[in-house]
Amino acid sequence: MADVAAGRALIPRLRTLSRFTFVDVILWCLRIGVSAVVVGGTIGTLIKGRYEAAQWFDLVMFGLTLGSVYALIALGYTMVYGVLRLINFAHGDIMMTGAFSGYFIASALDYSGFLNDSPFLGMGAVLAVAMTTSTSLALLTERFAYRPFRNVRGLAPLICAIGVSFFLEQTFRGFFGPSIRSYPDPKWQAAAIDVFGLNVPRVDIIVISLAIVAMLILYLIVQKTRMGTAMRAVSEDTDAAAMMGIDVNKVVVFTFALGGAMAGIAGVFYAFVFKQVYFFMGFQPGVKAFGAAVLGGIGSIPGAMLGGFFLGLVESVGPALFLDGIGIPAPYQLRDLIAFTLLIMVLIFRPHGILGERMAKKRA
Amino acid sequence: MTAQSITRGVRRKRTQSPLHRAIITGVSFGVMAVYLAMVGLLPMIHARAVIVDVLTMAHAALLAIGLGAGAYVARGERDKPAATIVLHGLIAGAISGGLLAVLVVAMNTIDLRSIFISLSPQTSDMLTLELDLEYAVPLLVAAAAVLGALGVLLARSPPTVRKPVLIGCSAVLFFGVFQELIQIMMQFNEAIGDVREFLYTWEGLTPEGAGAIFAIATGASVLSTRRRAGAGGSSWWQSRNGQLVKAGIAVVVLVLLPILAGSYIGQVLMLVGLYILMGMGLNLEVGLAGLLDLGFVAFFAVGAYTTALLTADSVHALATFTAIPHMSFWAAMPIAVLISVIVGVLFGIPVLGVRGDYLAVATLGLGEIVRVIVQSDAAAPLLAGAQGILQIPKPRIGDIELADPVALFFLTLVCAAVAAYFAWRLESSRLGRAWMAIRDDEDVAQALGINLVKVKLLAYGLGAAFAGLSGSIFAVMLTSVYPSSFQLLVSINVLALIIVGGMGSLPGVIVGSLALVGLPELLREFGENRYLFYGVALIVMMRIRPEGLWPSATRRRELHDFAGDLELEEPPPAVAGVAASVEHRPGE
Repeated sequence: MADVAAGRALIPRLRTLSRFTFVDVILWCLRIGVSAVVVGGTIGTLIKGRYEAAQWFDLVMFGLTLGSVYALIALGYTMVYGVLRLINFAHGDIMMTGAFSGYFIASALDYSGFLNDSPFLGMGAVLAVAMTTSTSLALLTERFAYRPFRNVRGLAPLICAIGVSFFLEQTFRGFFGPSIRSYPDPKWQAAAIDVFGLNVPRVDIIVISLAIVAMLILYLIVQKTRMGTAMRAVSEDTDAAAMMGIDVNKVVVFTFALGGAMAGIAGVFYAFVFKQVYFFMGFQPGVKAFGAAVLGGIGSIPGAMLGGFFLGLVESVGPALFLDGIGIPAPYQLRDLIAFTLLIMVLIFRPHGILGERMAKKRA
Repeated sequence: MTAQSITRGVRRKRTQSPLHRAIITGVSFGVMAVYLAMVGLLPMIHARAVIVDVLTMAHAALLAIGLGAGAYVARGERDKPAATIVLHGLIAGAISGGLLAVLVVAMNTIDLRSIFISLSPQTSDMLTLELDLEYAVPLLVAAAAVLGALGVLLARSPPTVRKPVLIGCSAVLFFGVFQELIQIMMQFNEAIGDVREFLYTWEGLTPEGAGAIFAIATGASVLSTRRRAGAGGSSWWQSRNGQLVKAGIAVVVLVLLPILAGSYIGQVLMLVGLYILMGMGLNLEVGLAGLLDLGFVAFFAVGAYTTALLTADSVHALATFTAIPHMSFWAAMPIAVLISVIVGVLFGIPVLGVRGDYLAVATLGLGEIVRVIVQSDAAAPLLAGAQGILQIPKPRIGDIELADPVALFFLTLVCAAVAAYFAWRLESSRLGRAWMAIRDDEDVAQALGINLVKVKLLAYGLGAAFAGLSGSIFAVMLTSVYPSSFQLLVSINVLALIIVGGMGSLPGVIVGSLALVGLPELLREFGENRYLFYGVALIVMMRIRPEGLWPSATRRRELHDFAGDLELEEPPPAVAGVAASVEHRPGE
């Protein structure tokens, strides 16, 4: 068996050498081009020396903050994909629902002054409401939109998920209006604290630390509890898990609930960072976080966390590091370009990601 | 959630009693009504009257929901005595009305408007018919209950009664809702003008007019049913000649309609035409080759920008800083199509090895990259950034400038016809069959000797050609291009229309564009809310009718088994008890 496998691996490799088609040429050009931009840009920027250490530090901190939000969202993608092999396209919008409900509580508390007086309770309330909303919406979408497609293969589940994404966005637009609302910014959040002589906005510290706490809790739930074990079993092999007496339905619901809760937290943090909520806010972070989940290896929980942080860092540092060096004007407008390029490069060249291996082959 | 998905979930549980089921039906329909009010749809369509001073579209929708609740109850209980079902219909209706009443009371006691922008006093007036609360609440419940019962009766009545009544109602709805359009078309002739004055006032349908239309439509329906029953078998219309005549009539209507109805309808039809073009392109990729492409808008953008750069009278035109001369639209269009094809192939090469769901996300990312680049300052010297390229001349034939929307519509129509011919020929060609083979199973297709690389790249390239053509016309229609016209929304829009119409089906593309682009454009107040329908349409179509409204013959055959599986989810009543007892495991 092993010999055959090795032989199989060897023969295509020889063949690729002899049949190096124009497609391969172009793919190699793509790899080399992107690497050249990255390396050349980095060297160029470092030689120019336009940025000081403090600025780099700011960018890295912002990247980690953004990354922790991406990581929280990516967890939802990766868990659902692991259990159902479904790209929950609406997951970004689940995050948006969390941000929106958090916004309403936060602005009410801000108006009454409670948010300023007792930050911990206030933030706790905002997070609790956001998590409740997004968890319940995640469960509703699972029940009414995804469950009927549990055993349907092909494009139908994904198309349905796109529909759900649109439905959620437009529902929130209809309910709460199309305007961009600014998220309250209490004093304790805006203040900066001093870390080794560098100013760090307090909101960054809050977001990063709380996100890490949330991820740790999630990791413990998945690793230590009965339900978490069942979840891992189902994502390993659904049929076998069902035969062992695991209620797959319950596991799926549990997975969506966990993902929804994480998305709710992510939504509030996203609003903390960007200070605004609107109905379309979930889409782009959603797609990017999916990229992060794939980058980390879809189905792998530590992978999603890693991928999220990595994506956040690249997106934040990238424009200054890669693009400024090769003389592109206004590189910050191209932040999304870097994130999406990373997404596509991962999907094309490493669909199994850093930590995942078996998932990609099964469906992709 | 959509009522369909809720109630479908409900239907599968066979153990519940009919009363329980009626209650759940009532709740679902009530939630649907409350949702429509809260999301702003009811207040929005309240502005459009079906019958002047009698019935607005919002009230018509509420009536339909009440009737629907009753009809749904009746559908599930065919074998029960009529009185029981009517009672259940009453209950379901009353519950749905009760939920609306709760909303009304809540609106009048708490200030919900600061959160839900649609719950304005006007919405409240619409729901209460401007009555005081103590009258409005019982009225709502009672009216809904009566509607529920009526719905049951309607559903239980024999088809000879039900069908004419429904057709009559639809006719009134049609003539009422599209009154502006029909009135404009009726102004051409004196004799028709008199009919118009009987049917319409300036605001809409008169009650007498509505009555007349209802009577005529009902009568016609009764007569035609009788005659068909007498003739029996398949009619001439179903034959091949009949279908050709039908297609001919459709073409004649398409040509005459904008001439008769003026430039507004021309504009709408033109937009429909552009989406048909794009739909046919995406149909090659998704419908035939099974490559779900969410970055399709990129090709549309390439077509539009190429035309703009080649023809515009502005500093951004290529002619101002290269040796390429200013071109007319006719010269630029083929180049735009060609460049779209090249971009399509280039777009396809990196994602050749990506399959299924990943492909959708990868193409989405590619589309977003194109948009980000076009919008950025980095590419602004060439593509004008967010300001866009202005002053694109309209196409000319000799000395005639095609400036009028109707003239441009004819241009679109001709292009769409030519493109449709190509698409139709492609479908049954060797290439088309190869596409279908890779859609069904890529590995098997490859094993059978299909060159995946070639076939996939052709799908991207040819699909892009259609979008490029569409973009090229779009550029001259607006006489300017802005990056904001090329959002992801366009891709989703095109995807939604081919799914609603039927994947892999050419007539489906046309039906889908008319339904998803034309209809919301005619009901102007829909505005942005149309995207809500796209979302719902995607979910509901995938759930209920995955083959689309007008499926292709192959697709219908393929999905027949799938539809059979769906039916099996509802076991017949005799088996249901057994199945339920098997499913009911201890500990649940």
